[in-house]
Amino acid sequence: MTRPDTSRGHNVSLDFLADRARFVRLETLRLSRIAGAGHYSSTFSAAELFAALYYAHLRINPAEPRWPDRDRFILSKGHAAIGLYPVLADLGFYDMKLLENYTRLGSPFGDHPDMKKIPGVDFSSGSLGHGLSVGVGMALSGRVEKRDFRVYCMLGDGELNEGQVWEAAMAAGHFKLQGLVAIVDRNQLCIDGNTEQVMSVEPIGDRFASFGWAVQRIDGHDLEAVMAALEGLKPAGEGKPQLIIADTIKGRGVKRMELSLNWHVGNLVGEDYDDAWNEIMAGLQPRVEA
Amino acid sequence: MADIENGQDQSAIFRGTAGDDNVLKDNRSVQGTPAAAMPAFILGEELADLADSDPRIVVLTADLASANRTRDFEHRHPDRFFDFGIAERNMITAAAGMASCGHIAYAATFASFAAILGAETIRTDCAYPKLPVRVIGHHSGMSMGFYGTSHHSLEDIGMMRTIADLTVVAAADSNQLRAVLRASIDQPGAMYIRLGRGRDPQVYERVPENFRLGEAITLREGRDLTIITMGAELRPSLDAAAALAEAGIATRVIDMHTIKPLDAAAIRRAAEETGAILVVEEHNVTGGLGSAVAEVLVDGPRVRFRRHGVPDEFALIGPPAGLYAHYRLDAPGITAVAKEFLGRA
Repeated sequence: MTRPDTSRGHNVSLDFLADRARFVRLETLRLSRIAGAGHYSSTFSAAELFAALYYAHLRINPAEPRWPDRDRFILSKGHAAIGLYPVLADLGFYDMKLLENYTRLGSPFGDHPDMKKIPGVDFSSGSLGHGLSVGVGMALSGRVEKRDFRVYCMLGDGELNEGQVWEAAMAAGHFKLQGLVAIVDRNQLCIDGNTEQVMSVEPIGDRFASFGWAVQRIDGHDLEAVMAALEGLKPAGEGKPQLIIADTIKGRGVKRMELSLNWHVGNLVGEDYDDAWNEIMAGLQPRVEA
Repeated sequence: MADIENGQDQSAIFRGTAGDDNVLKDNRSVQGTPAAAMPAFILGEELADLADSDPRIVVLTADLASANRTRDFEHRHPDRFFDFGIAERNMITAAAGMASCGHIAYAATFASFAAILGAETIRTDCAYPKLPVRVIGHHSGMSMGFYGTSHHSLEDIGMMRTIADLTVVAAADSNQLRAVLRASIDQPGAMYIRLGRGRDPQVYERVPENFRLGEAITLREGRDLTIITMGAELRPSLDAAAALAEAGIATRVIDMHTIKPLDAAAIRRAAEETGAILVVEEHNVTGGLGSAVAEVLVDGPRVRFRRHGVPDEFALIGPPAGLYAHYRLDAPGITAVAKEFLGRA
C-alpha cells in the first residue's frame, strides 16, 4: 500500500508516478479479465492523470474518506472507474482484495462508480454530462461553508457533446468558481470515431475561455507537464474556473489499442493478455505515427 | 399570503420597477405578470424560517425566483440562494453536488421542467445516491392553463414514482406545504414535491399537526364511497363529497399526499369499509395516483374502482378553470363522475 499524504502537492518522484500509471494500466487488464469486458482505452489515456492527481496532488485522507475539507474528485467519465478503483485501494481507502470480486453479483464495484458503496468515490457517475454540474454544486457548498477545498472533475472529450456540460461551464463562470478544476481527457476518440468527425468538440480551449474559464493545455501523458499544470492551479475563491485540457491518446500504452476504435470495450485473454501485460511493463514507448 | 388565504384577488399588485417608462396611461394595462396569476407561495418564506435555525438549507431556482417566491428566501439568506438561470438539469445536478457536501438542497421550478426535463438528473444524481435534494415542481398538472402542453405536467407522478428511493409528495395548499417542508428536513434520500400554482383553494385551516410523510389523512368519513386524491384536487373532492352527501352518498375523502411510499393500509381499509374507490387526480390517468392505488388493489380486497383524471391525451389549451370543468375535475364534475360510477346518476 502506498503511503497516503493528506497535504496537497506531496513530494514524489516522476518515476514513482510513472510506476503508478503503469499500475493503473496493469490493474485495468487484471480487472477486465474478471469482468469479461472493460473500458481499457479510456482508462489508459487517463493513467498518468490518475497517478498525478491521487499520488501527488489531491488533498485527501484515506483514513477519513468523508473529511469535509478534502478535495473532491468527480470522475465524470465514469467508465474509467476501473482505473480509479485500484488506486483507491492502493491508497488505503479499502482492501485491494475487494476487487477480486469486481463486477460480480453484488459487488460494490461496477463499471461505473457508486459513491454509496465505495469509500473515496465522491460522486456516482456513468451518465455523461453530469459531473461538471456536480462540481459546480460542490464548489458552491465550499463557498457557503467557507472551506478551501478544490473540486476536480475529469471529463471525456466526447462527453463535451452533452449540453449539460455547457450549462455547468456557464454557471461556473457566472459564479466565479476558481476552486473548480475541469480536466478534459482529450483522447481524441468517442465510440463511433474521431470526435471531430462524429461531433466536433474543438476548439475546446476557446469555447471554455469564452465561458469565463482559465485554460491550460498540456500533454496528458507527460507527467512533468501534468504536475506543472496541477501545481500552477489557483486556490479556491472568486475567480475564473480552471480547465486543463490533457491531450492524450486513447489506449496509450498498448499499441494495438492506441487510437483504435475497436478497443473502447474489449476483453483480452490468453497470449493477448500476456502480450499487453508485457508491453505495459516496458513503460510508455515513443509513438510512431502510422 | 394572507390575501390568498382569504381567497381575495391580488390583481391590483403588479411586478415591474417604477420609472418614467413604466407609467401606464390606461389603467387596464398590465405590466409583467399580474400577481393574481402568480403563485403567492409561502415556499421562500417557510424555507427562510427553517434556514434561520438550520444552516444546511440552501435554495436553488431556475430563473423563477419571483414566480415561486424563492426570492423571499434570497432576501433573508442571500449567501444560500442560487439562481441557475434557465438550466434546470444543471440546477438539479448541482443541488445534488451541494447535498453531497452536507447541504439540504431545495431546487424549485415549474413541474414540467423539474420532473419531466429533469427526470434523469433526479433519478441518477439525487435518488440513486440517496441525497437530500428536494426537487419542487410547482404549477403542476394543467394549472398553467393556456400556456399549453409544454408547461403542463400531467406525467410527472408517473415518471417520479417509478424511481426507487425517491419520496413523492403533493401538497394541497400553503399550510400543508409548510408541513411538507418541515417534514422534509429529516426525510432520508431525495424528494419530489409537487405543488399547484400557489393560489390553490385552502384545505387545511392551519398547518396540520402530526403530519407524517407516507401516512394518508382522512379528511371526511363515509361508508358508501372513498375518494382518494391529493394536491389541487383535494378541495374540489371535498366539495364534491359535500354535494354527494346531499344525494345520500356518504363519501370518505382521503388525502394521499404521499404517493411514494404509498399508504397501502389506508387504501385496503377504504376498500374493505366502503367497497368503492374513486381516485381523482390532475394527471394523466395512466401512471399516476390512480395507477398506484390500482397496484395495491390488484392484490387486495375486491372493490369497485375507478380512475378519474385527464384521459390519455394532451390537454386542451384554456384557462385553468375552464380546463378543470372540461375534464370534470372541478367539484360538479367530480360529483357527476362519482354518481355515474355508483350508478346513481
